[in-house]
Amino acid sequence: MTVNTSRRGFLKGAAAAGAVLVVGLKPNGALAAGGEAAQINPFVKVGADGRVIAIIKHFEKGQGPATGLSTLIAEEIGVTMDQIDYEFAPSNPEVYNNLAFGPFQGTGGSTAMANSFMQYRNAGAAARAMILEAAASATGTNAADLDIVDGMVTGAGDPAPLGDFIAAAVALEAPAEPMLKTPDQWRLIGNPDVRRLDSRIKGNGQAMFAMDVHLPNQMIAMLARPPQTGGLVASFDDTDARAVKGFIRAATLPNNAAVAVYAENTWAAMQARDALRVAWDLSNAETRDSSQIKDEIMAALDAPAEFNVLKNEPGPMDQAAQVIEKTFYFPLLAHAALEPLNCTIEANEDGGITLHDGAQMPTGPHMALSQIFELPMDKVRINTMLAGGSFGCRATPSADYQVEAGLAFVITDRTRPVKLVWSREDDMRGGYYRPAFGHKVRVGLSDSGEIVAWDHRIAGQSIMKGTPFESFAVHDGVDSSSVEGVSDTPYTIPGFHVGLTDTKKATSTLWWRSVGHTHTAYAMEVMMDMAANAAGRDPVEFRLAHLGDSADARRKAAVLELAAEKGNWGNAPAGRAQGIAVHKSFGSYVAEVVEISGNAGDGVQIEKVTCAVDCGIAVNPDVIKAQIEGGVGYGIGHVMRDEITLTGGVVDQYNFPDYEPLRMRDIREIETHIIASAEPPTGIGEPGTPPSAPALANAIAQTGPVVGVLPMINDGIAFA
Amino acid sequence: MSLKLKLNGVDHEVDAEPGTPLLWVIRDELKMTGTKFGCGVASCGACTVHVDGFPTRSCQTYIEDVEGAEITTIESIGDTPQGAAIQQAWEELDVVQCGYCQSGQIMSAVGLLTENPKPSVDEIHDYMDGNACRCATYQRIRAGIQRASEILEG
Repeated sequence: MTVNTSRRGFLKGAAAAGAVLVVGLKPNGALAAGGEAAQINPFVKVGADGRVIAIIKHFEKGQGPATGLSTLIAEEIGVTMDQIDYEFAPSNPEVYNNLAFGPFQGTGGSTAMANSFMQYRNAGAAARAMILEAAASATGTNAADLDIVDGMVTGAGDPAPLGDFIAAAVALEAPAEPMLKTPDQWRLIGNPDVRRLDSRIKGNGQAMFAMDVHLPNQMIAMLARPPQTGGLVASFDDTDARAVKGFIRAATLPNNAAVAVYAENTWAAMQARDALRVAWDLSNAETRDSSQIKDEIMAALDAPAEFNVLKNEPGPMDQAAQVIEKTFYFPLLAHAALEPLNCTIEANEDGGITLHDGAQMPTGPHMALSQIFELPMDKVRINTMLAGGSFGCRATPSADYQVEAGLAFVITDRTRPVKLVWSREDDMRGGYYRPAFGHKVRVGLSDSGEIVAWDHRIAGQSIMKGTPFESFAVHDGVDSSSVEGVSDTPYTIPGFHVGLTDTKKATSTLWWRSVGHTHTAYAMEVMMDMAANAAGRDPVEFRLAHLGDSADARRKAAVLELAAEKGNWGNAPAGRAQGIAVHKSFGSYVAEVVEISGNAGDGVQIEKVTCAVDCGIAVNPDVIKAQIEGGVGYGIGHVMRDEITLTGGVVDQYNFPDYEPLRMRDIREIETHIIASAEPPTGIGEPGTPPSAPALANAIAQTGPVVGVLPMINDGIAFA
Repeated sequence: MSLKLKLNGVDHEVDAEPGTPLLWVIRDELKMTGTKFGCGVASCGACTVHVDGFPTRSCQTYIEDVEGAEITTIESIGDTPQGAAIQQAWEELDVVQCGYCQSGQIMSAVGLLTENPKPSVDEIHDYMDGNACRCATYQRIRAGIQRASEILEG
């Protein structure tokens, strides 16, 4: 869509049909509007044809921000979801930064809706105010008497399309504090009938993921990487690769981390890469087995803690009437998003470059590519495309795959775009992993079955240390992502001691859907069940008794009670067993009841998972339900049977046949209930995952063992 | 070598070496990108197309073995009654999340409803077992197949 470049000329001219109202931020951060997109970085554009375009600053990996942020804009302006389209924002950390991240554009920590809720509503409300003011002037009415309903301006005679007033609206000043709609006026926010904006294109093959980029004359690059973390290229022989039709050339990357094979198409690149013979320098490579890594973690649990996280004294365990103890081990896990990592870089006519990428944290690759190509930031452009999943793997602090593509492109003559493609095996073997963790927990109970002491030891490899996120995630040596979900639990636990020990680097590690909560929720909630059972108390009643009267605790108690009610807690049909867990993460509260048939010896079948969630204002209730469904599946799928293991530092798993994904038959039904709330929106992409695994464990424990070693198939559990 | 390929009712002449997977001819040569690459070893189902009406993993199908066959991809499956019903149900229920697997899910689901217009839950599980969804949209895929079955029943 073209934008007028001269307001004066435009207003006098007859080109009103081409007018576009843009509302967004000036470079100084002030809310601004007008018809000159060059001066304003927009959150919303409204055309004279009445079409509204929301500019989405978060990437879309299925978690719903394209629909969610569009909903906010459509609500405030007063258009239907059929009258709004979306585009992904360019990379610009000064304008499109995640307000939870500081001057950094990116998606993570389930913050997309939480940080955008007011920002996008304000942008939509400013557009609405300007359209109404223009309409009032045109009709000789008062803007306060006008409304916009389904894209039509009403209140001044016959309803008129809002597009009629765009040409006049672009000349107005943006209101400093636009008036927002109140919740009683909402028609879209909270409406369970609002549908996703990306459903159709994802069902008919039209959706364009980064993997679908075909630039004219592009080359495909695939990398031969060292078999172990920390290995480097010593030399390579491409004699056999040269015999592959479509092979172009092979070259060692400037950082010696891999050999790049360039080919005319993907299949040729795969074959040529596999035909390459590379000699590796493994002098600094990881060569341990995962069993040694596990031994180190488990030994750390029995040694003095490196960090006393809560700074308080351990509770009087010796005064407890009984002590319950359990040790847990959580293995390395791969993210295994279905779209193998890839991105494409091309040279621009202005001497800059463009990256086409399902970019989760654009600022990271933006800065990295700026350095690699010695270009100012404004000469590096990022075209954010749909992403085929992530679960965290697209957000490496090192911008790993974008740097690979940058290095593979920078050593060419840059006349041909380079598309870097990972195979599934590259993803499984060379990626970043959820670090392995161990927990050892001792809970002291009084005669009356109350917790009097809780000693919680955690050991594992820090995710945040050594990354740009260290400054805000690590305090007094404690990586908060290692202990989140334990040290900040809403439970009232007297005599609570949390000790943490960092174990040495084993692999490249990374956040994995729900980060530390992937293991902390499991340890906490399995222990709560063990303690309740030891005290002879119902697990729901026991948890409620340890949730105090704070607003935080009350919200956690409310989802627990709702899940128990909807899941028919305590009344499992014959032949079935139930387990429950509740956990707070990313500001949201989720409780889940898992109901199973069968047993650990003959095979467990997950019949039903009943979920209750409080994530504040539920902007898109059906997207929230979908995220809970997906979060449950992601959590349960991995604890059932998945782990990454190392032999001599080499990852043993290579593809889905030995990292078996959750399949449809594994969970027969999921039901989700949302707590009505007026609190600000909080996270939803991740919070469904943490309680799913402990709820399953607690159900299995009704008739079988308490699983402490994951995945469950490694601890004697069979699945149907 | 030059091969003749009939895809979505259109005849194509493609240049590909024997042993090239159909997937890469569709994606890289014909530049039809609805059919996805997920694993390359027929364990995720993202690359599912129809060969003479049967759901087939195109990443493990050699190009020379499908010369002369009728190949259908996600781009034209909506022209069949089952495909149209599945796509309608997918939209009604907002089945998709990231969407990367959904072309393959839909191609398999169409195969199921073509063979068995009213599948039981267990029959759905059996038939769809090879299609992985990492977002775990299974709940809605299952419901979408049941809904499409209703739509087809009229």
